[in-house]
Formats: sequence, structure tokens, C-alpha cells
Amino acid sequence: MKLKSIALAAAMAAIGFGAQAEGLKVGMITTLSGGGAGLGIDVRDGFMLAMKQAGRDDIEVVIEDDQRKPDVAVQLADKMIQSEKVDVLTGIIWSNLAMAVVPAATAQGKFYLSPNAGPSALAGKRCHPNYFNVAWQNDNLHEAAGAYAKEAGYKNSFILAPNYPAGKDALTGYKRTYGGGLAGEVYTKLGQTDYAAEIAQIRASGADSVFFFLPGGMGIAFLKQYADSGVDLPVVGPAFSFDQGILQAVGEAAMGVINTSQWNKDIDNAANKAFVDSFQAEYGRLPSLYASQGFDTANLLISASAKADVADQDAFRAALKAAEFDSVRGDFKFGPNNHPIQNIYVREVIKEGEVYTNKIIGTALTDHADAYAAECKM
Amino acid sequence: MPAYLIVEQLLNGLQFGVMLFLSAAGLTLIFGVMGLINLAHGSLYMIGAFAAAAVAGATGSFLLALAASLAAAAAAGVLVEVLVIRRLYDRDHLDQVLATFALILIFSEGTRWIFGSFPLFLDIPAALSGPVTLPGGIQYPLYRLTIIGVGLAIAAGLFLLIARTRIGIRIRAGEADRDMIAALGVDISKLYTLVFALGAALAGLSGALVGAIQSVQVGMGEPVLILAFVVIVIGGIGSIKGALVGSLLVGLTDTFGRILLPVLFGTFMDPAAATSVGAALASMSIYVLMAIVLVLRPTGLYGRA
Amino acid sequence: MRRETLVNIATLAVLAVVPLWANSVGETYWVTLATKVVILAIAGVGLNLALGLGGLVSFGHAAFFGLGGYAMGILASHLQDYVPLMEWPILFEGSNQMPVIWIVAVISGALAAVLIGALSLRTSGVYFIMITLAFGQMLYYFAISWPAYGGEDGLSIYVRNEFPGLNTLVPIQFYGLSFAVLLVVLLLVWRISLSSFGLALGAARQNAERLQAVGIDPFRIRLTAFVISGAITALAGAMYADLNRFVSPNMFSWQFSGEIMVFIIIGGVGRLFGPVLGAILFILMEHVLGGLSEFWHIYLGLVLLGVVLFARGGLMGLLAGREVAHD
Repeated sequence: MKLKSIALAAAMAAIGFGAQAEGLKVGMITTLSGGGAGLGIDVRDGFMLAMKQAGRDDIEVVIEDDQRKPDVAVQLADKMIQSEKVDVLTGIIWSNLAMAVVPAATAQGKFYLSPNAGPSALAGKRCHPNYFNVAWQNDNLHEAAGAYAKEAGYKNSFILAPNYPAGKDALTGYKRTYGGGLAGEVYTKLGQTDYAAEIAQIRASGADSVFFFLPGGMGIAFLKQYADSGVDLPVVGPAFSFDQGILQAVGEAAMGVINTSQWNKDIDNAANKAFVDSFQAEYGRLPSLYASQGFDTANLLISASAKADVADQDAFRAALKAAEFDSVRGDFKFGPNNHPIQNIYVREVIKEGEVYTNKIIGTALTDHADAYAAECKM
Repeated sequence: MPAYLIVEQLLNGLQFGVMLFLSAAGLTLIFGVMGLINLAHGSLYMIGAFAAAAVAGATGSFLLALAASLAAAAAAGVLVEVLVIRRLYDRDHLDQVLATFALILIFSEGTRWIFGSFPLFLDIPAALSGPVTLPGGIQYPLYRLTIIGVGLAIAAGLFLLIARTRIGIRIRAGEADRDMIAALGVDISKLYTLVFALGAALAGLSGALVGAIQSVQVGMGEPVLILAFVVIVIGGIGSIKGALVGSLLVGLTDTFGRILLPVLFGTFMDPAAATSVGAALASMSIYVLMAIVLVLRPTGLYGRA
Repeated sequence: MRRETLVNIATLAVLAVVPLWANSVGETYWVTLATKVVILAIAGVGLNLALGLGGLVSFGHAAFFGLGGYAMGILASHLQDYVPLMEWPILFEGSNQMPVIWIVAVISGALAAVLIGALSLRTSGVYFIMITLAFGQMLYYFAISWPAYGGEDGLSIYVRNEFPGLNTLVPIQFYGLSFAVLLVVLLLVWRISLSSFGLALGAARQNAERLQAVGIDPFRIRLTAFVISGAITALAGAMYADLNRFVSPNMFSWQFSGEIMVFIIIGGVGRLFGPVLGAILFILMEHVLGGLSEFWHIYLGLVLLGVVLFARGGLMGLLAGREVAHD
């Protein structure tokens, strides 16, 4: 037992009494292991690329893996706040982990910049002045899909999503802007991999279009099976099933599918061009929307820290709110509830040489705010 | 619901069941015959899928990819058996659980270390893609029919192996009384390595076949692991027939649960709540089925007491 | 004194002294970590009663852990949102008092264990493992899809629940409370193992037919043990939810059931302090190895393999030798 306590003491000494940086300390909690790691890795890589390009030695970033487990995320947040004494937290990919970590973190006076998860509660009733979402509110991309569907003249959509809060939000978001009839509304099992039954239902329903939200492996499975089934209805969905990481796994089955996103690599501005080129040079792959979100989050932070000291919370908050940085999306501004007001584009999956990627073919929503801003009492 | 849809969904349920059997066949051999709880079964499934994706990506040949999946999974199986599993036959189930749980961790992160964190591309061969028209006018994907064929062939093959061959006799004898068969001169350790390798190879093959129409990514084996155990337990441990029947039951229950429960609840609830509640209950349905079967038949449908 | 008793006392000493020292040097994170260890140890002690002493390998104990957690989540969130839990026959607005929540958790865990146990104990061996898993999975999918309490998003409770006389937000005070609960639970399980009930349970594990021949019904003994075990694990679940101020369906997952089992196995199955040692070891490894590499799961797996293959009887077996049947 003595050995144990000595070892424990040594471990504590190593962790606790490390050098405390003067400037700004950032804690990034993201998913770096397991099935969903691709998203966390993209966010981290985008974030760190921006950090490297800015060359700010006074900003220290601590990165930890939450393994996609809410309790681990909560404990890492505790560690970062209590032990590492971070000023700003960021990094969480999944809404359920965000709901576990963010309210407590902001209540303890820390800033949280979300590079991905945008749960509706944090945009509405539980908004907080210290919480900024740099990506989108969860419903946005689905609302854009609905708007596109309406404009494209779809009258009878078949919609499906997994039976969990993000899935329900997806279908709610689509229906909010779509306005047409529904040939079917199906909630699948979370983690389901075989969609033969649902595809048979689509075929029999007389639908004229399909909208789905199936993140990760679920979407890959659905697209492959859908393409193989011979059902030829147009498909629309949010970017989550069509990002750069997923597309290579789906291949031909994704060709021509319409998806909505706030970013694509062909958005025409200098910051974006530089970002895509440097990301490809640094990491050997094309960036996804997650990487762009990480990049923007870092740049927002850098811009705020250049204007104000994080110790002066009010000044720093105002600096964050002003969002004076070159976003890869072009002009960037926050709404009253600290969520972005931005364009959401319509993209089509194409093939460039050997690589599957997206191309913008239109704009679904312009200067779009989120539906929960009114509920936020900030 | 139109009649042709019901028939198509029936076919879907059966197809899902056979896919489950394919994933579980290897486990029923290892578990049923050797009494070993192998939580790493899902990892062997994943290794087969990754090997297939890698080889298919390099050579473009689906057949080579399948061969690679068999070889890679069998090799992993032999390695694991010789280094780890061999010491666990005498130990109780708990030690097997811990050891194979540790193997899951090693294989998952090891695969991510080698192949990266993004899903891999594996596609069905052009010759098997697209739908065919069945009698009655139903359009059904050819690949799924192929899977049904392969699954049934493997079921028949396993059954013949166990019941009709010399190796099968030895396996059954070893399952009944290991010391006796060793005393009779059979090299039990080679036999068990062979059985484990065969079980692993089947897991890998099913990973490749199923991965071609689903996704190939780290962690793909864990849901399969649980379902495989469910299927075997419902059917009864040690029985190939039981595993097949169990798979079909689970496949049909899950498919029809997903379709019918929301409709059922729609008759007396509003549509939004009905879909929600129906879907919630549908996701629990196979576990409810397993609980019911075990309560009525504590050793599964065809299991020995 | 027996070696095992020495190890037990030393463990308690470490658990008492180290967090106090960490607190005095301002390293409150380690106090929080120690609280996690203690709470998971309580869950493990609960499972160990059924698994180690009773030989009932339940792969679904996360069901009770999750029930305890949700007991906390539901009661506290109703109070937090000012929505009464029920208005008839009595007005009950929820609660944020730990004693109330813990009692509700224990009762829910016990009731669920009666139901699950009565159905599952008809089977044995691997079938028992699988049917307990099935019940755990049912609750998991139900919790994900039932919208009322957050679904997969879970429930966040912003202020830690209260315990009379303490400020539970202060890490060392919450730790002291958890440590006290662990002591009570350990005492309870120790007394049970020494009682005639405990002896009958052990006999049922070793040879149920012989027990029946002596006139004791193994089913009733096992069910009672299963219920007590479920109740203890549910208590741990409520405390875990208190620690994280968050409850999610993850607490019902089979991976979690497996993790509790892993603590017990590496600590020493059937040994009173086995789960405690196992929890300490596992959590320490998770945090130390995590700093080594992005692929630290590989190292964790290798260590676990090493424990299984070379340290039969777990850490307790290594430190204190084989179990002594009686003095």
C-alpha cells in the first residue's frame, strides 16, 4: 500500500505543480477514440492548425479524450477547471455530452466555445452569456434541407431519423421549413445498421423525396443499401452524413445526393482558400466541415484574446461577441443568443478525380437565425 | 398494408435473420462447442471487415477481399487462442469475460492505430449489385439474396461438419468430456485451436460480407457481439439448428416490431407520440423476446439442460 | 492478524488519508477522483454480493445503477423545473435532498431486482448472464427513446443535491459522505457474509442440490441476495449521478455492467475489499495511462490481460493469498 501512495503522490506532483502559463489556457474535451473519433480529430486538427498559424505562445491548449461518454466528459471538465485552471473550454462534439458539461462550466464562470454541438436548450431557455456556439444550432442544417425541399417542389417527403433527441430535433427542423406533405415519418433505432424494412416502406409509400438524418455509420449503411435497392427518389439531408470523412466510405452510392451545410471548401474567400490549402498540406487530407468549425473557433478565440484579457470577463465576453475575425465562411456574426447568423448552402456530392467531395449549388437560407433565440433571456 | 409489402418485409426479416446467423455462426461454434465466452468475437468480425476493405481497396477484387477476411480473422484467431485463450478453458466464465474484454480494447484501438479513425470504403461487387425482380413483382436487392444463400450454405455446412465428419465427432466428444477424449489420444489442444480458428474465420467472413452493405469502422463489432449472444441463447447453446432458428426469430421480431408497433400505437395515440413510443418499444423488442423465451425455456429453444 | 485484514485496513487508510492530503494542498481534482473511486466501489461491492458470494454472474447490473441514477435525476429535475412529480393523491414536487433520493433509489433498485431476479433466477449459467443483460438493454433503449427525461441527452442537475449538515458542493465534504456510505455498505456486506444467510448463499453457489437436501430453498436465498445487491448498486447509481450532477442512459449500458465486473475481477472476486481495490486500480490506470498515448486503451487491455493470466484471484489474491474459508 505504501508503494501506491508514493506513486499517487508522484503522479499528483507531476500533474499539479506543472508550469502555469500566463496568457490564456484552453481546455479541449473532444472525442479522440472509438467509432466517432473522426469528428473530434477533425475539430482538433482544425483548431490546432489555426493556433499554429497564429503563433501565439501565450495560449496554452490542453486536449483530452472524452471517449464519447458523458460521465468522462463531466470529470474531464472538473479536472480542467479545478486542476488545470483553464479559462476557456471547448471541443465537445455530441449534444448529450455538451448538455452534461456546459451548464456547469458556465455557471462556474468559464467561457465555453462550441465547435460543433448546438443543442436547442442552450440556444433557448438555458442560454448563458459565457456560452458561444461557433458552428450552428442543431436544427439549422435540417431547416435548410426543408427550405431546399420546398423550393425544389417536393410535395410528399418520407423522413427518417434515429429515435433520440438529436434525431427528433432533425425532423422537427425539417418540418418547420418544408411545409409539404409527409409520405412517412419513421424513427429508427439508434445504432441500427440494416434499413431494408425502412427502404421497403419508402418504396411502398408513394413518396417523391427522402430526407434522412443518420450520423456516422448509420448513414453510410443507409446510403449503400438505398443505392442498391433500386428506389430512385431524390435524397436530401444535412451535411452530417456527407462530410469529407464519411463520403470516402460511401463512395458511388452518395453521388448526386443533396446536402446542406454552412461551409464548403469552395466558398470563395481568401481565408477559406488559405485554410483548405494549408489543411491539406499539413494533414494530407481535405478538411471537413468539422475541421472548418474547429478552425473558426480557434480564430475567434485568438481574435478575442488580442483585444481583451480573459481575466476581465466582461471585456473578453464583448470581444468574443464582436467576432472580429476572418471566418472561412466569410462574414461571421453572432445573434442575440450567441449563436451564428449565417447562410446555409445547398451542396451536391460530386467526384473530383479520385476523391468524393461536395460542390455548392445554391443557398438554402440566408442570414438565418435559429428558432430558439426568442426563448433566450440574455 | 398492401400484400406485396408484407411479403417484402417478411423477406427482409428473414434476410436480417440470416445475416445475424452469419455473424453468430462462428460464435455458436466457439461458445457452443468449447463453452468459452468470447467477447472478442465482435473484434474478429471487425478484423475481417477491415482486411476485406484494405484488400478490396488495393486490388479491386471482392473475392480476394473475402479470402483476405477469412485469412486475417483466422490468423488473429489462432494468435489469440495460442497466446491467451488456451489458458482460459479451465477457468470460470468471469476470467474469460475479463480476458476477452481486454482483447476488445486491444483490437479496437489497434485497428484504429493501423487504419486511422475514419470509416473505410467497402462496396459490393458490380455483378451482385442492384435489384432483381422476384416472382410476384417484388424488387429485391440481389446482394441480400446472395447473403441469404451464403448464410444457409454455411448453416448446412456447419451442421454437416458437426454431425457427419470425424472432426465433428471429436468436437462433440470434446464438448461432452474433454479429459476422456484426451485420454483416448486425440490432441485436444490442436482440435480447439482449429475450432477457434474456424469460428474466427466465420466471424471475419461475415464481417466482410455484411460490411459491404453497412459501414466499416472501429466499433462495428460491438452491437454484433450482443446480438450474436442473444441469438445463440434464444436458440440454445451448442445447437446450430437453434442458432439458425433463433436468428430468424430475432430477425422477424425486430423487422416487424419496427414496422408494426408505431402503426399499432397510431390507432389510439396521436402520430407523433405513436411513432416515438412505437419506436422505443421496437428497439427493446428483441430483448423482450429473449427474456420471454428464457423464462419459458430456461435453456433456450434447443439447448441441453 | 490475517493478511487480508491488514490489506483491508491499509486500503481504508489510503482512502482516508490521500484525499485529505490532496485537499490540504489544493488538488481538489484528486478528491473528486477519489469520490468516483469510492462510489464505483460501492457499486462493485453490491454486485460482488451476488456475483462473488452468490455466484450469480449478472451482466445487467447497470440496470440498477441506472435506476438509482434516474431516481436522482427525476426527483431533482422536477424540483429544479418547478413541475410537480405528482399531484394526486399527495403533492410531491420532487426532491433535492440526498437522503430522500437515496431511499427512493434503494427502493426502486430493490423492486426492480425482485422482478428481474424472479424471472432470471429460473435460468443458470450463461443463460442467466444473458437474461440479465437483456433486462439491462431493455432499460437502456427505453431510457434513450423515452422523451420525457432527456432521452439520450440525459438530465443535468445544476446544483448538487443537499445533505443535512454538509455543503455537498465542497469536494472533500462530499467525499467524506461517500466514504461513510462505503463503510456502511462494507459493514453490511461483511455481516451478511458471516451470517447464516451468507453461509447458505455460499453453499448455494458451491452446490445447490446439497443445500436443497438440507431443506433450504436456493431460489429464495439467491433472490434475496440479488435484491440486496441490486439495492446497493442502485444507491451507488444515485451517488454517481450526484457526483456528476448528470444522469444519462449510458448508466444502463452493457459496457458499464462489464466495467463494474472488471473492477471486481481485477480486485478479487468474492473478497470483501476486492471491488474497492479493483476500483482504485482501474480508475488510477485510466488516468495514468490516458496521459501516455492517444491509443491508451491498448495499454489498459494489456494490463487487464496480464492480471487475468498471471494474477489469479486479482489484486487481493496477489496481496493476501487465497481466501481463508474460516479462522
